[in-house]
Amino acid sequence: MSDPRLSSTRRPDKAGFVIAFGLAALALVVGWDAWRLSSINAHSAVGPAAFPTIIAGGLALLAVATAAEALRRGEVERPRDEFAPMAWVLAGLVGQIVLLPLLGFSIATGWLFAATAKGFGRGPVWAHFLAGTVLCFLIYVIFAKGLQLALPAGPIERLM
Amino acid sequence: MDTFAALSQGLTIALQPINLLFAFVGVMLGTAVGVLPGIGPALTVALLLPITFKLDPAGSLIMFAGIYYGGMYGGSTASILLNTPGESSSIVTALEGNKMARAGRGGPALATAAIGSFVAGTIATIGLALVAPTVVDIAISFGPEDYFALMVLAFTTVSAAFGSSVTRGLTSLFLGLALGLIGIDLQSGQARLSFGIPDLLDGVEVTTLAVALFAIGETLSVAAAGARADEIIEPVKGSVFMTREDWKRSWKPWIRGTFLGFPIGAMPAGGAEIPTFLSYALEKRLCRKPDEFGNGAIEGVAGPEAANNAAAAGVLVPLLTLGLPTSATAAIMLAGFQQYGLNPGPLLFVTNPDLVWGLIASLFIANGMLLILNLPLVGLWVRLLAIPRPWLYGGILVFATLGTLGANPSLVELGMLLIFGLLGYVLRRYDYPIAPVVVGLILGPLSEQQLRRALAISVGDPLALFQSPIALTLYALSALALFGPLLFFLLTGRKAPVGADED
Repeated sequence: MSDPRLSSTRRPDKAGFVIAFGLAALALVVGWDAWRLSSINAHSAVGPAAFPTIIAGGLALLAVATAAEALRRGEVERPRDEFAPMAWVLAGLVGQIVLLPLLGFSIATGWLFAATAKGFGRGPVWAHFLAGTVLCFLIYVIFAKGLQLALPAGPIERLM
Repeated sequence: MDTFAALSQGLTIALQPINLLFAFVGVMLGTAVGVLPGIGPALTVALLLPITFKLDPAGSLIMFAGIYYGGMYGGSTASILLNTPGESSSIVTALEGNKMARAGRGGPALATAAIGSFVAGTIATIGLALVAPTVVDIAISFGPEDYFALMVLAFTTVSAAFGSSVTRGLTSLFLGLALGLIGIDLQSGQARLSFGIPDLLDGVEVTTLAVALFAIGETLSVAAAGARADEIIEPVKGSVFMTREDWKRSWKPWIRGTFLGFPIGAMPAGGAEIPTFLSYALEKRLCRKPDEFGNGAIEGVAGPEAANNAAAAGVLVPLLTLGLPTSATAAIMLAGFQQYGLNPGPLLFVTNPDLVWGLIASLFIANGMLLILNLPLVGLWVRLLAIPRPWLYGGILVFATLGTLGANPSLVELGMLLIFGLLGYVLRRYDYPIAPVVVGLILGPLSEQQLRRALAISVGDPLALFQSPIALTLYALSALALFGPLLFFLLTGRKAPVGADED
């Protein structure tokens, strides 16, 4: 993907700039935290701020290098990503977090299964949700009872 | 202790029924995840960490090693029949192997891969048993400044070996190092980068990061690719038995692949990808029928497959003797040791000789099991490839969240899984390697510890870091790893071969 011939125009790579900006922001956060720590008196030769300072410096250098690379190499063509399938998978993950405290592991994770399957083009959602919930209940029984993992319980799990 | 006495002592441990069972479960799981696209040995071991927490350390580690070896076998099956490498170290195998499968010679291709893996794995494990005690003898004299230099070397080689450019590799590494800072600093008791969130005080769990980057990131990017990523499975046609000519053409590439793979894997540069590329190039040059290359030459399967298994054994040398992981799977195995309070390194050979030698001995057994599992039962594994992708990825996410919840049943942990999953997607989308992030997270805190120890001894004089000859040599090697590709380009006018990512 890094073949420079792919770029027909010499416009800079926008994504590269965004990544460079993100790295610079991260460098600032790590650097700020190191600065805060350095004001605390440490009792050893090297305090807790030394290593973060090195990392912040490295991140800042990499931000510059990434920006330079984006300028030099120009726009890179990347295959277009489809948004809808990703949105389904993300909805599955967010939904699981929301449902977990109220409805327990089986239902929340059943929803995750159904939403992911839908994202990969397999419906209907309700049938996968039912199948997923049954499957996850079996997993719950095996792992929570057999291996003593502390998985969040909901109405179904409390029936046991 | 004499190596062979130690090894036979280890064999009695590995042959205990319960450990045989662990090895068997490990190689089964490893082969399965190696065959399946989207999940690999690193992710599998990461998912198993919370589940195995209460089990016997020796048994669990034997299982992890079985998964690692099994993944190498299974990866070749997916490469040959699907043209989608299950593992990055099988990318080269797909070149000739899939051509053979299309020409109806899938059986011999699978056979030469499996037997080659067995030959290479066995020779390389002998190598591991012979080399490890020597490395331990040397490593015993290492001071903290030498260890720090060693970790710098691992950082640079991991960043230079994975990914499409050194800048990208280093960016991934520094992301991992920054994540490694999060939590309470054990020496001063200060919270770093925690922003007052109590869940962050313990730091980022290796399991969470690895599962998110590998499982969630991969699922998101495959989903985003949509119809772009459709695959065709080649049915296994013909006999799995190799003809006399196949044997004649395979055995030399097996041996050559082994002797490329083991040393390269054992160097702190590590990784199983580079030796497979080298082996392919070498076999192409040595082959009597060069026109067959690109159309299904058996040498192009035999050599690289031997090389990747030999490298897998090689990677265990720095892991066991120095505590230095050089691949994502090794990094997570290190976390596996740590969860039992064991620190791989020269001292482990003194304090837990039974465990170390039991583990090494079990590798021979795992190799034998894998040969049996992969030759007659190959049809079974092929059927795994037929699982519809919606169910496969749905199941991957169910197990990913299960593993995370098992380690720490908290919603913040799941939130971190989601955020790091998005990070994994972005890294894949823009061609950044994943393994250096995981290595950075694990090795970052360890290297900081060595750095501070070294500076405490020298009362803060940073020059002390550069006064030991061992450390200086290691820094020179690091510089070579970073600038080697550039040098290669200047000397030959060609881009240096780089490894790809593993999951």
